[in-house]
Amino acid sequence: MTLFEFISTYWPRLLSGTGITVIQFFLAAALGVVISLGAGLMKLAPNRILRGFAITYIEIFRGTSLVVQLYWIFFVLPLLGVTIDKFTAGYLAVGMNIGAYGAELVRGGILSVPRGQWEAALAIGMSPAKRMRRIILPQALVNMLPPWGNLMIELLKGTALVSLISVADLMFESRQINASTYLSAQVFGAALLIYYILARFFVTPFMRWLEGFMARKIGREARGVGAN
Amino acid sequence: MEWKWEFTWEILPRLVVATGNTLVAAGAGYAIAIVLGLVLALAQRAPSRVLTFIVREFVEFIRSTPLILQIFFVFYVAPQFGIRLSPWVSGMIAIGLHYSAYLSEVYRGGIESVAKGQWEAATALNMTALQKYRRIIIPQSIPPALAGMGNYLVGIFKDTPMLSVIGVAELIHTANAIGAEHYRFLEPYTLVGIIFLAISLPAAGFIRLFEIYVRRKIRL
Repeated sequence: MTLFEFISTYWPRLLSGTGITVIQFFLAAALGVVISLGAGLMKLAPNRILRGFAITYIEIFRGTSLVVQLYWIFFVLPLLGVTIDKFTAGYLAVGMNIGAYGAELVRGGILSVPRGQWEAALAIGMSPAKRMRRIILPQALVNMLPPWGNLMIELLKGTALVSLISVADLMFESRQINASTYLSAQVFGAALLIYYILARFFVTPFMRWLEGFMARKIGREARGVGAN
Repeated sequence: MEWKWEFTWEILPRLVVATGNTLVAAGAGYAIAIVLGLVLALAQRAPSRVLTFIVREFVEFIRSTPLILQIFFVFYVAPQFGIRLSPWVSGMIAIGLHYSAYLSEVYRGGIESVAKGQWEAATALNMTALQKYRRIIIPQSIPPALAGMGNYLVGIFKDTPMLSVIGVAELIHTANAIGAEHYRFLEPYTLVGIIFLAISLPAAGFIRLFEIYVRRKIRL
């Protein structure tokens, strides 16, 4: 069976799997961005407890593997009284993992804003919160967007692991089809192709566009587009 | 559910053995990635435009598709072509290939950071291309690449749990087995998490120190 024949036979299942992968991606990305911002800001906080909390979170999630985190959230948390369905556990684990990596990017981005910007905001009498929101964060965002592009690809790849707790994403559907048809080359080839298309023609171009858009938004020329 | 220390001590030896397997898997995968990564990096500098393009796209492809899928691909597709691969061998091929794509980018950065004058000087000394790379360019491109190389060593270690899906007896695979035998998941999964932390955090620190040491050593 050629790849084309294969896809024309099994496209409904591949499509539904891709749909779940995309939904998991968006939910995990939203969660990851929120956590990154929270943990990144907390790591810069003057308060020692907040900082300690952020550092612990970041080190735990960057120091262990996503599979371990996923299994822990899905299999161990219920034993401690917190039951989460597999779909939620999936994007929760992926989002929390990416959030820990993103927090470092947020921290780096904020620290990359020149000292003068902080001082100028202080001089015109802005409150710390307003200064962060109106002056520092927008510039930090532009500075940190390029590595976020890579992180989003890692996120997309990370969602494939939710298949391990039986979320019916693209990876899971591929395994199921493989188990019932033994058309391994076709099914895994098709899945590889779909992930590649998602990454190369959706995630990366969107992040590139966002880089340019945000740069223009704060009145900066878009930077040269480097290779990743 | 209560944490049971007795059970913890009972399963610890098995997890220690599995940790050994995990480290061997990470080490072997990394060894493949280091060599193959260099090949991919150098191939992207080849004079042939076609070759450069193909290798570039290949690296992109590997980097933007999930490792777990690549592991399945190698494990299930090779037999269709009459090649029987054990879980260990296919796992090492997949993980080595995946990380070679990342390492090739690290090498590429390192090679590009070598000053132009070094190339010219090597040419002036009448060195062959091979001599140039082996004696002048590669030694100088290693120090700036060390940080990235170290990060991916820790990265490969953290990705070894994916090998459990094809039956490599590393940490997660062993924890799964223990959990299924005893119907207790709290201790095995938590211990695996702690083992990962206990190895990857000091490793990251050590790599940072090593990088500083090498930088100092090379600058003379």
